[in-house]
Amino acid sequence: MKKLFLLLSFVLALRVAFGQIDPELLRKPLKDTSGLQLNMDAVYNRPFIQLGKLPVALGGYVEANYQYLSEDGVSEGHQFQMRRLTLFISSSIAKRIKFLSEIEFEDGTKEINIEFASVDFEFAPLLNFRGGVVMNPIGGFNQNHDGPKWEFVDRPISATQMLPATWSNVGFGIFGKKYKKNWVYAYEAYLTNGFDESIISNSENKTFLPAAKENGDRFEESFNGSPLLTGKIAVKNSKIGELGLSYMGGVYNKFKDDGLILDKKRRLNVFAVDFNTTISKTNTFINGEWAWVNVDIADTYTEQFGRKQQGGFIDIVQPIIKKPMFGFDKAVLNAAVRFEYVDWNKGSFKSTGHNIADHIISVVPAISWRPAGQTVIRFNYRYNWQTDLLGNPPSKLAGFQFGFSTYF
Amino acid sequence: MGKKQLLGILVLSVLITGIISCGKLMPEAPADDEILDGPMEGLTPEQRRIFLRGDVAFNDEIFSVNNGLGPRFVATSCGSCHAGDGKGHPFTTLTRFGQSDTLANGFLHLGGPQLQQRALLGFQPEQIPADATFSKFTPPANTGLGLLEAITDATILALADEKDADADGISGRPNWINIPSYSLLRPGTVERNGKYIGRFGKKAAVYDLLQQTANAYNQDMGINSTYEPYNTYDGLEVDPEISNQTVLDVVFYLQTLKAPIQRNQNDADVIAGKQLFMNISCGKCHTPQLQTGLSSIAALSNKTIFPYTDLLLHDMGPDLNDGYTEGTALPAEWRTPPLWGLGLSKNSQGGQLFLMHDGRAKSIEEAILLHGGEASQSKINFQGLSSADKISIIRFLESL
Repeated sequence: MKKLFLLLSFVLALRVAFGQIDPELLRKPLKDTSGLQLNMDAVYNRPFIQLGKLPVALGGYVEANYQYLSEDGVSEGHQFQMRRLTLFISSSIAKRIKFLSEIEFEDGTKEINIEFASVDFEFAPLLNFRGGVVMNPIGGFNQNHDGPKWEFVDRPISATQMLPATWSNVGFGIFGKKYKKNWVYAYEAYLTNGFDESIISNSENKTFLPAAKENGDRFEESFNGSPLLTGKIAVKNSKIGELGLSYMGGVYNKFKDDGLILDKKRRLNVFAVDFNTTISKTNTFINGEWAWVNVDIADTYTEQFGRKQQGGFIDIVQPIIKKPMFGFDKAVLNAAVRFEYVDWNKGSFKSTGHNIADHIISVVPAISWRPAGQTVIRFNYRYNWQTDLLGNPPSKLAGFQFGFSTYF
Repeated sequence: MGKKQLLGILVLSVLITGIISCGKLMPEAPADDEILDGPMEGLTPEQRRIFLRGDVAFNDEIFSVNNGLGPRFVATSCGSCHAGDGKGHPFTTLTRFGQSDTLANGFLHLGGPQLQQRALLGFQPEQIPADATFSKFTPPANTGLGLLEAITDATILALADEKDADADGISGRPNWINIPSYSLLRPGTVERNGKYIGRFGKKAAVYDLLQQTANAYNQDMGINSTYEPYNTYDGLEVDPEISNQTVLDVVFYLQTLKAPIQRNQNDADVIAGKQLFMNISCGKCHTPQLQTGLSSIAALSNKTIFPYTDLLLHDMGPDLNDGYTEGTALPAEWRTPPLWGLGLSKNSQGGQLFLMHDGRAKSIEEAILLHGGEASQSKINFQGLSSADKISIIRFLESL
């Protein structure tokens, strides 16, 4: 906390300093326009502002919204939410040594997280070493989650309530890329601290990977001394799109403590595929992710907690109007829709042989307006059908969300 | 800003306001008679607050290793066994073990009466002792329990006919049980040889909703309270894992859940079905109408209710004799289950029906045909009805 305070003080001091200097000295680092950026590049592909020749660059984004939702005819009324304020700091320590960080304040100051804080050493384009707090490259959303990049107020359910986005841990790993004409090939592999038993013992009453985020100790020590492996390969063609295949797995339970064997090693394995493309004829952007979760849970534990899960989302974004609007030269009005599905418990009841339900289906049509590329104002309508474990009639949730998200 | 753009904003604003105010885009609340949860009418604002606290504790409080679950357990929350306050699913069926005589459970020192068939990681679940008998109990619906609690002992005793004095083949009797020290005697409670009338549970072996709630926390989830302080794992007294206030809030919630509301009351089939139900003597045990006595909760006092139960034990024949008993109930004796809410059972049992005490009947007709013992004549009467009449009876039962 003390360190965080010092870091924030430093950031604030820098911002005060910026206010006193000639804005001409502020410059934005050059942007990659090759069209071959991948989800894994998201941490670099952010607008930073750099002061003159200082090696430190700053950035961030903020998002706030209003929502009115109703579940089975019961509403909590009008809600105004400050979802996130995120600060980025990056620094070129030496020619091929970089520091990147992301500090996030969620729901006011309810949660303060270091989501990313790593040092990258580039030995060759195909061999980079990264260490610190890294974002595990599972699926596409976890690494590429900045609010201003999305046309939807809510983050995808599968990414945040099945997979644990934003999921980051302390660890080390390597990554690299190779460009060949219109193609780019990339890989990432990290060993980090990982999950704990809260994923099958939590207040959600279901196998819930994000429960492990509550364990702040994971930035200090591993729950069970067993590393979590996360690996991803991705390929992109500038005309076709990007495809990523990723894996994350490791032991999640405390199988040994103080030298005593407590249980067998129980693993968690996650496989994910992500893709995105832009149909050039219509300029339609399609972005999606699907993941499968397998958790080794003792047969003697309750079936309430799923041994298998799967789910994903697909976003379709269609620019409708691209022209100056209200004095914004590059304004764009988009129509978009998101389809989501998560099955938190794939399997059948031992007692009846019938399928376990516990799933959600969601549709979110949206209109978004981008006065500039780094700012989005979005209006969403959400409709969820959530079915309980037993397969009883689904509860229905629907409502409207209106908000903005912008880099600064 | 141009006129067109201003107009655009105006149109968009009107559109958004229109959409938001359009209730059709929001899910409608289900009709009151289509759901079992919700408070009864007549509660004061203070009582509604307590109801809400109990609702949260019952339906939203999930137990895990962090807040006391287990180490052996059946379910992780109250709501896991009673989805939407309705009947439970075989997934959370309770297994009770003991013996077939009425000399009190001889397996309490071995973890009886309830089996905790699930366990936390690293622990082994409980096993039924080799020489114990057992029975499986499907969790019942919760609705209207406060009204059943408010029925006087005198009313129950008036319905009893232990020696079948009227020679109709039906001889309901109360289950006389020992009650826990924390249960408060209700006004007019009748005592016989230090025992009291039980009215909740498949065998009517529970005196009141406080006992039911404290037992369920303890036996179903491994949560100890000052009411039930002994750990089901090792039988040792441990610190409370839940506050008295929470237990009492849940008791209040159960007491004040509304009674199920009958649907399609004016449907010709339903009206005919009810008449046939009474004609073939189903109503002799499934007593349609009862009157509550005085209660400390005004909304429960002196109400006419339609639970279709007499809260008495009846011999249901050898096919329903599991060889297990509680209190003074014999193994073949079961308390008449209330039929109100029966028609909504599918909505809490995953779209299917699991009826009778252990869920063995998959339809209402199958449940009727499984009746034996004192109910044999009613079953024979049902079998003798025309198909149309049988359907009418089932329509009536589905309307409850």
